[in-house]
Amino acid sequence: MINEIIRNIIRFILLVLVQALIIKNIELGRFINPFIYVLFIVVLPFETPKWLLLVSAFVLGITIDMFYDTAGMHAAATVFMAYIRPGVLKLFSPRDGYEFGTQPTVQYLGVPWFLSYASILVVLHHLVLFYIEVFRFSEFFSTFFRVIISSIFTLLLIVITQYLFNRKTDTE
Amino acid sequence: MRNLIVFIWKHNFFFLFLIIETFCIYLVVQNNFYQKASFVNSSNAASTSVLQTSAAIEEYFYLKTENENLAKENAWLKTQLIASKFVIMTDTHQVNKPKLHQKYVYTEAKVVNNSTSRRNNYLTLNKGSNQGVKKNMAIISSTGVVGQVQEVSDNFCTVMSLLHSKTTVSAKIKKDGSYGPLVWNGESYDYATLNDIPTHVKLIKGDTIVTSPYSLTFPENVLIGTVESFERESGKYFYTVKVKLSTDFKKLTHVYVVTNMFKEEQETLEKKTEESNKE
Repeated sequence: MINEIIRNIIRFILLVLVQALIIKNIELGRFINPFIYVLFIVVLPFETPKWLLLVSAFVLGITIDMFYDTAGMHAAATVFMAYIRPGVLKLFSPRDGYEFGTQPTVQYLGVPWFLSYASILVVLHHLVLFYIEVFRFSEFFSTFFRVIISSIFTLLLIVITQYLFNRKTDTE
Repeated sequence: MRNLIVFIWKHNFFFLFLIIETFCIYLVVQNNFYQKASFVNSSNAASTSVLQTSAAIEEYFYLKTENENLAKENAWLKTQLIASKFVIMTDTHQVNKPKLHQKYVYTEAKVVNNSTSRRNNYLTLNKGSNQGVKKNMAIISSTGVVGQVQEVSDNFCTVMSLLHSKTTVSAKIKKDGSYGPLVWNGESYDYATLNDIPTHVKLIKGDTIVTSPYSLTFPENVLIGTVESFERESGKYFYTVKVKLSTDFKKLTHVYVVTNMFKEEQETLEKKTEESNKE
């Protein structure tokens, strides 16, 4: 349990650093802004208390906001995503529920399950984020295009990191 | 009450989400300039339209005073017309058409900046040296004396308002012509002080104060204000008169720049006299 908490805190720090120091500085074109830090919320254990989910989402979002100078935007999007997460998990749950001690990752539940679960969360997060950033509906379609493209890139990065870093947990 | 708490506790996830999300949106609107501006704008669309309508209605209330001012000015201008003078002249003399020289030329100007709250107040007008404005020209409005030109640029000039510690206007009591310097004591923007009125003058509250004929800059008989109160300080033979200014300095929009065509001639003559006296 303690082990799990420490692992999540380290993941939190690593993701924030990767997002703020590396991805922020990569220009992939005007429409592409991947936000890999949402991975932290995506792979939190199933047993995480709901309030802790929201609070950690808020802390994560605010931390990213500090680096991006966008007070509240990332926090709002991330908190929204965390709020949606239990519902999405319920939607995709296996017939007899999730096994205790597992995490919503590729390793435990496979690529198709993970992709459909993560893509909903990521797209919703990006939707909220980009529309708060633009703050008007007059550029609805160009914003929507940005949401889709950025979500694809974020998902790509998330899946790649899953394969890169979660092998260890398998061997444990 | 208990049920409410139970309800909130049951849905604590949703309410916690609501609180945090509201706080986030609050942060967004407070701290990000673009969102702040557009949020304020959209939420103010309603209030601005209300304000605009009320301003449009309010204009009608001012229309009356504005109209009165214009009508009075029209009447005054008509009496100044050469035609009206000419008729009287011919009635009495039958001959000699009098030679009239233009002494004062009025140029309309718009007030683009104004202050009334400081000790030394200035106005800025949209006429400058390109339009023939020079230093020390008189500025009057349709309701009375405003001030004197201080500095001139190509297209603007600053005016030392009557509400200035260094402005002195030579003023007289209209009914008997006794005159004295009018200054502003800095207390309120609608009162000034007229000094040196001899005590034999029978003053009444409401007497009209106008500019005296001894001023180089101001034309004679331009309205300044009315007597509000007067007092005689012990040991002095003069009244100190509190004058209610006829010009509302808070509402100035259009003023006239007055050019005295004979000013230079008069000045050089007076200078010459002084110099010859020194010798």
